[in-house]
Amino acid sequence: MDFALTEEQQELKSAARAWLSERYPLDRDFDAPQDDRWAELAELGWLGVSVSEEEGGVGLGFVEEALILEEMGYALYPGPYLATVGFALATLGPEERAAVAAGTTKWSAEIDGLVPWLGSVDEVVGMDGAAHDAGGEEVATVDPDRPAGRLAPGDGTSLAGSRDVARARAAMAAEAVGIAQRVLELAIAHVSTREQFGKPVGVYQAVAHQLSDTYADLELARSLAYWAAWCVAENDDQAAVAAAAAKAFAAEAAVTACERSIQVHGGTGFTWEHPLHRFYKRALWLHGTGSRPTALRAEIADAVIGAPVPA
Amino acid sequence: MNLRDTPEEAAFRAELRTWLDENLPEERRGRRGGEQRFGDDFGRDWSRKLYEAGYAGLTWPKEYGGAGAPYSFQAIFYEEMARAQAPSHVGVIGLGMAGPTIMAHGTEEQKQAHLSKILSAEEIWCQGFSEPGAGSDLAAARTRMERRGDVFLVNGQKVWSSFAHIADWCILIGLSDPEAPRYKGLSYMIVDMHSPGVEVRPLRQITGEAEFNEIFFTDVEVPAENLLAEEGQGWQVAMTTLLHERGTLGFALTAALEVGVDRLIEVARERANGDAVARDRVAQEWIELQALRYTNYRSLGTYQRTGIPGPEGSAIKLRWSEQNQRMTKLGRELLGAEGILDDGWWHYQQLRSRGNTIEAGTSEVLRNIVAERVLGLPKGR
Ligand SMILES: Cc1cc2nc3c(=O)[nH]c(=O)nc-3n(C[C@H](O)[C@H](O)[C@H](O)COP(=O)(O)OP(=O)(O)OC[C@H]3O[C@@H](n4cnc5c(N)ncnc54)[C@H](O)[C@@H]3O)c2cc1C
Repeated sequence: MDFALTEEQQELKSAARAWLSERYPLDRDFDAPQDDRWAELAELGWLGVSVSEEEGGVGLGFVEEALILEEMGYALYPGPYLATVGFALATLGPEERAAVAAGTTKWSAEIDGLVPWLGSVDEVVGMDGAAHDAGGEEVATVDPDRPAGRLAPGDGTSLAGSRDVARARAAMAAEAVGIAQRVLELAIAHVSTREQFGKPVGVYQAVAHQLSDTYADLELARSLAYWAAWCVAENDDQAAVAAAAAKAFAAEAAVTACERSIQVHGGTGFTWEHPLHRFYKRALWLHGTGSRPTALRAEIADAVIGAPVPA
Repeated sequence: MNLRDTPEEAAFRAELRTWLDENLPEERRGRRGGEQRFGDDFGRDWSRKLYEAGYAGLTWPKEYGGAGAPYSFQAIFYEEMARAQAPSHVGVIGLGMAGPTIMAHGTEEQKQAHLSKILSAEEIWCQGFSEPGAGSDLAAARTRMERRGDVFLVNGQKVWSSFAHIADWCILIGLSDPEAPRYKGLSYMIVDMHSPGVEVRPLRQITGEAEFNEIFFTDVEVPAENLLAEEGQGWQVAMTTLLHERGTLGFALTAALEVGVDRLIEVARERANGDAVARDRVAQEWIELQALRYTNYRSLGTYQRTGIPGPEGSAIKLRWSEQNQRMTKLGRELLGAEGILDDGWWHYQQLRSRGNTIEAGTSEVLRNIVAERVLGLPKGR
């Protein structure tokens, strides 16, 4: 039993942090079109982390992908990595996987009738589990980087197999952890320097304790997210409940972390100019995409209590 | 990262499970804890049995009666104890605080004299930190320790001291140099509770039981060799104790919580099966239990690699205490009218849980500690 990241995992995480922070700094022009740097991602091997070496990938697993996703949450990476790697990859065949690893196809999947990034991906795993050509009307969502569209109606059932649902949820949990981490860091930096009444506002417990609570939420969310990632990677029996737990908890933790961070930033936190609202919107997107926390908890209740018997 | 047992861990788990099946009497499973633990000799006998089987002090060095096992074995031990609803070792303070502190700061003689007796429950320990004027502000302790040649003369009052009424020894913090600047005048010693001049008065708690006590020290002579570290270094030693109190107990706390959440699930199944709101709240408790469990594992992983518990451990006691309060209240609520009956497990646990956010550092103080030491926020207090 060893639940710490290995040295290689830590190195991958640091490499992702460094690469993303250089290309997606927080002072970038968020309102301009964002480059997803897909070819660079392919070159780095990050599109084929869990794809076997024979298929042109790196031959690692979902834990490593989850670490990259966490860092993408931290940096607010704009492209459809979550959709391609988190939602679709595990349902694809060998040739399709090789094309993902090579960076030639971007994928998304239909979730609750919506296809995130519909207009910018090449193919979609539809509700019937089969591939569809992408294309169609996109509508804006709460997160400007993540528009969504609808496939023609009647395309069948949701993401094929429960394991893929678990993987998608675990992937979203990982992003949520990165978001919570970043907005906590922004809050710490702000309250340590902003002075009122002659002192940095971080000395006031009403401020500091909100951040201590965020820290506790964050660490608990991280533990669940890594647990879920490991279960998915290992195809463990608990993958379904672990991923449901991780997504429910981490999405709520990320939303709350953003709200607290906005609060302790004062007026600055309410501006368009400050990047906080963009993290908040991504957290809300994660909260609302796929099953909401109450629905996830209902699944967990079914698993641990048993199906409800009407009174 | 691997959550599966290694072959050695799996073997240890299987052996422990069998041992518990064979040695734990059915009627002692899932008992409510509290004063009842000491109502007969079972607690000490059970603790001795754990010791003789090699399960007390799993991670302690062999030369002091421990098993010298890796920390993962300790985690497995707590998991299996929880699964069997087995009563814990009675030497909570000795195992969790006094022992590790003696190991870190004690002389060889002190280690030889006490460590194996802590494990075998021959010696029960208590913690004399809090005073009427020094609770959260431990550095304000005023119990006097006056040097008189080879002995210290101890005078003062301690309060809220758990298990003092049955304790043989006490880890005591007091003031040896009133002139010294804050922190520097404190000393830390181990005191024989059977010494002349030590008087213990039980304090009745919310639960009606008396598990904690006042201790009065009147001209108690304590040999100078009972100091831990040097005179004036009491604060550093106390920090070791508190680190263990709040840190390594995480697994034990989570194991106890797991017993509660399992019971909560049973109650929900029987009493609130079709109640969607109740199901949501029970699921939330289950999720947070897993979150604490895997946070313990992460902390343990960092510890095994670096020798220092990870910072995430500081969140565990805070969240555990709040969850235990929520969870026990929910159990009582789901029981309906039966939940207010006085004889039940839930009744006791729910009342007892109110102490969880006060003992071992109040939640407010823990939030201060996270803010200042983990997040590095400016100090204003
Ligand atoms: C069940 C139980 C068992 C215990 N067992 C032991 C034991 O074995 N040995 C022992 O030595 N002690 C023991 N204690 C005592 C415990 O450590 C103290 O109660 C605790 O440290 C708080 O001190 P206090 O009671 O004096 O409260 P105070 O310190 O007076 O606190 C009162 C309130 O003020 C808040 N507060 C205080 N300072 C701050 C601050 N800086 N910022 C924000 N809020 C603050 C507190 O959080 C609390 O809400 C036990 C307590 C309980 C409940």
